[in-house]
Amino acid sequence: MDNYIALSYLDIALASVFLLLNGALSIWLRLGVARSLAFAMVRMVVQLLLVGLLLKSLFAIQSPWLTLLVALFMAGFAAREIWARQHRRLRGWQGLAISGGAMGASVGVVAIMALVVLVQPAPWWSPRYALPLLGMIMGNAMTGISLSLDTLHTALNREQRAIEAQLLLGATKWQAMRPFLRQAMRAGFMPSINAMAAIGVVSLPGMMTGQILSGVDPNEAVKYQLMVMFLIAGATGLSVILATLGSARALTDERHRLRLDRLGKAKQGN
Amino acid sequence: MLEIDTLSRPGIGPISLRVADGECVAITGASGSGKSMLLRAIADLDPNSGMVSTQSGARAAMPAPEWRRKVAYLPAESGWWADTVAQHFDTPETVDLGTLGVPPDAMAWEVARLSSGERQRLAFLRLLSHQPEVLLLDEPTAPLDEDNTALFEQRLHRCLENGTSVVLVTHDPAQAKRMAGRHLVLADGKLTEAAHG
Repeated sequence: MDNYIALSYLDIALASVFLLLNGALSIWLRLGVARSLAFAMVRMVVQLLLVGLLLKSLFAIQSPWLTLLVALFMAGFAAREIWARQHRRLRGWQGLAISGGAMGASVGVVAIMALVVLVQPAPWWSPRYALPLLGMIMGNAMTGISLSLDTLHTALNREQRAIEAQLLLGATKWQAMRPFLRQAMRAGFMPSINAMAAIGVVSLPGMMTGQILSGVDPNEAVKYQLMVMFLIAGATGLSVILATLGSARALTDERHRLRLDRLGKAKQGN
Repeated sequence: MLEIDTLSRPGIGPISLRVADGECVAITGASGSGKSMLLRAIADLDPNSGMVSTQSGARAAMPAPEWRRKVAYLPAESGWWADTVAQHFDTPETVDLGTLGVPPDAMAWEVARLSSGERQRLAFLRLLSHQPEVLLLDEPTAPLDEDNTALFEQRLHRCLENGTSVVLVTHDPAQAKRMAGRHLVLADGKLTEAAHG
């Protein structure tokens, strides 16, 4: 890291000039996005500055409990986000429990494995390694789960007649739901597959770019990125499968009935 | 034989009814009186309580898929889950399409090409391929013209002669009279004998 170039706050302010120009254009052209642009920009600045302060003090304190607390807070926020992104969601506590549980279990196992066996910081839970790793994996698992649950719930609701026709011919609930389970899981896997296919050619991932900009040897940055991608895709796949099966189980019962009464009303808007 | 003892679900029941082997019971009632809900409950497609059994045993004693093969429910609107008609049958080559007036090459068709009457008749044939002991039919001839209704009733008569018990929900009092020995009316969640039998 000897050739790391530190940025001054003036540099950052200058970088925002183009965004401010966009805001001015928006007002001039009456695009109506100036307000939300400004709000998003301020929010980003505040959030990132705060998180920088928080990470700095977390790294200084080096407490396992505090690290765990932050990890749990991230997981709770992600579970809520999954819940909020579905067009139709499971009623009651089950919706949150299934998405939170599926994500927590797979992300937890993968992240702990990566820390203990692969990266091996000392101590293994060191927040400098644990939190960024957890954040990257969790963010992707969150997207995967919300895509697959949204697909599953929409499909089961729309295809009620086709599913019940199979149940009435003596199919089990798993047989009757199979095409929709497959569709839901495919939707959850898609972002990982697309990301892996385009990486390095179309997109240079932010983590790797960040490392290269801050002076790390590109080969080393690539190795880190490969590890992170494997972990992300693996954890996302696991959590997508767990969440889809869990939600399908919650939307049927032991008498092989489709229980759409356990699905809430469609969300207003999009 | 179908034996229903104090069957209940929200808004319906308790209902008790016995349909003998080879007997057809017609049920009529105003729209929204819950006729379909009653058939769904018998088929165990919605949560309900009560004892239901056939000669093969009690519903509670067998897995739901097995029950639904014995007690076959034909909804008013059929469901399709694959692209072609043949994919919806276990052994498409053994199905006698002619008895219900369905064109002989219909097995090769896309489902999207079927008329509502063809859908209904094919769904009935699909249900019969499991040789059910009981048929629960929900306005089966509503989308059919007169000729095809006659063919459908002929086929249903053959089922009755073979000892199948039939519960027939219909809007047509003449059909109830033609097909059924008993005519019941569902109102306010209760089944009663129709005034004029």
